[in-house]
Amino acid sequence: MRTVYLLASFAGLGLTVVPAFLVWSGHLPWSTHAVLMAVGTVLWFATAPAWMHDKRKPA
Amino acid sequence: MPSSRLHELTARLDAINEFDREPVSEDRIQPSSSFAGLYAGEHVAGTEFVIGPLFVAHGVAAVDLFAGLLLGNLLAVCSWAFLCAPIAVRTRLNLYWKLRKITGPGLLVAYNLVNALMFCFLAGAMISVAATAVGIPFDMTMPHLDDRYPNSVGWVVTVLACGAVVTAFAVLGFERIARFSKIASPWMLLVFVACAVAVLPRLGVESPGDFWHVAETVIWTGVPLDGQSKFTFWHVLFFAWFCNMAMHIGMADMTILRYAKTWKAGFHSAFGMYLGHFIAWIASGILVALALQTNGEVAPGPIAYLGAGVAGLAAVVIAGWTTANPTIYRAGLALQTVTPGWKRWKVTAFVGAVTTVAALFPALMMKLLDFVALYGLLLMPMGAVIFADFWLLPRLGLAEDWAERRGLAFHWPAAIAWIGTLAACWALNAAWGLEIFFLGLPGWFIAVALYVGLSRLHQGAAPRPA
Repeated sequence: MRTVYLLASFAGLGLTVVPAFLVWSGHLPWSTHAVLMAVGTVLWFATAPAWMHDKRKPA
Repeated sequence: MPSSRLHELTARLDAINEFDREPVSEDRIQPSSSFAGLYAGEHVAGTEFVIGPLFVAHGVAAVDLFAGLLLGNLLAVCSWAFLCAPIAVRTRLNLYWKLRKITGPGLLVAYNLVNALMFCFLAGAMISVAATAVGIPFDMTMPHLDDRYPNSVGWVVTVLACGAVVTAFAVLGFERIARFSKIASPWMLLVFVACAVAVLPRLGVESPGDFWHVAETVIWTGVPLDGQSKFTFWHVLFFAWFCNMAMHIGMADMTILRYAKTWKAGFHSAFGMYLGHFIAWIASGILVALALQTNGEVAPGPIAYLGAGVAGLAAVVIAGWTTANPTIYRAGLALQTVTPGWKRWKVTAFVGAVTTVAALFPALMMKLLDFVALYGLLLMPMGAVIFADFWLLPRLGLAEDWAERRGLAFHWPAAIAWIGTLAACWALNAAWGLEIFFLGLPGWFIAVALYVGLSRLHQGAAPRPA
């Protein structure tokens, strides 16, 4: 389960930053980037606490 | 101040810091790498949404910005590594207890009060930052660069609401907010990067090769906005170096670095400087350049919305909130010493109320560069006193930690070094017009010279302790 949370968190970070580069390269409209960034933000904050507060070493 | 009252204040101050009284034990030493995350998290914060735009407003040229930030941040990292960390790892004490040994508890109470006041204003600026994002859905009139007083009823209501929420969370506890802040920090850095990258095409940057030309001609043009003073390379360098002067040269980060294995952990502050005070400042500068071309609204909320929409607004609110909250908590701790019989929640609520009133004045946010410089300057002399006491006095045959050795409540050489340095800096400003950003450097040498000279006089006149 921890690995799932971890993967979801990094997917959230990816959605936060990657669409911006696609906007820059002309492959994505700004409005889609804004929506994807919002989704990434929700994904990050929904899943990161599950593994960031875990005392165990990262998977 | 009557001695019984001073004794009472001292006892309360000691009680608050009681858990930190002993030097850090070997089993609690942290690996150097843990300081990288800590510094990166601490320096990608709400202030970054304001400082980058203010450089643009002050007409910094692109080459001055990049060179000034590279060198100024390097000097800041060196200040952590060569000034603060060596004393922190040798004493393993936090600033409070080290200063108490040198200055005596009476002077420490004064230092704490100044610190608390500065914390209140800093937290106030962060509540203002958050309010600029919260107000967007309500079509609030945004404050402008030259606004000093509340500019609309909407602003007042939004700030009061933000202040109430932030204060309520600070009253309920600090640890959950600290945990939330830790979670937010990697995301927030990416929001800064994404905001800036997403608006590059609208500024005319179609490929990496276009960036420098646009940077020089559109973003950091070298021309200040109306009513703003002109900033040069030296302004940027000294601001980047001294904006955390209270932490490195002022020694406040002894509290953190005393857990380090070696002084070299101080170099990990580079993660905070080059992620927060380089990338984030550049990113927010790019955003404000676009804002100036479109709607002219330079407040943090509108510029973040331009770059990232709702996620940008969330970043501004979270950045302001997570910076304001621990700051209110720390101010509450410092003030607790002079509020007899008040419970912690009452002190925190009082600090929150003061902070919220301060936040009503947009000048606090729009003049953040000057405020941050003043904050560092006010607390820097005590860092210079610690430096001189630790390294210079023993080499000159003088005793360190004089107040502790002699059981003094008030060590006059340290008090005069503090006040005298600030008076000298004021004179440098008044007589030669030396701006506040540059005063820290001569101020440090003045503080060291005053403390060493006065200590020689003071200790020479007193019988040496056993």
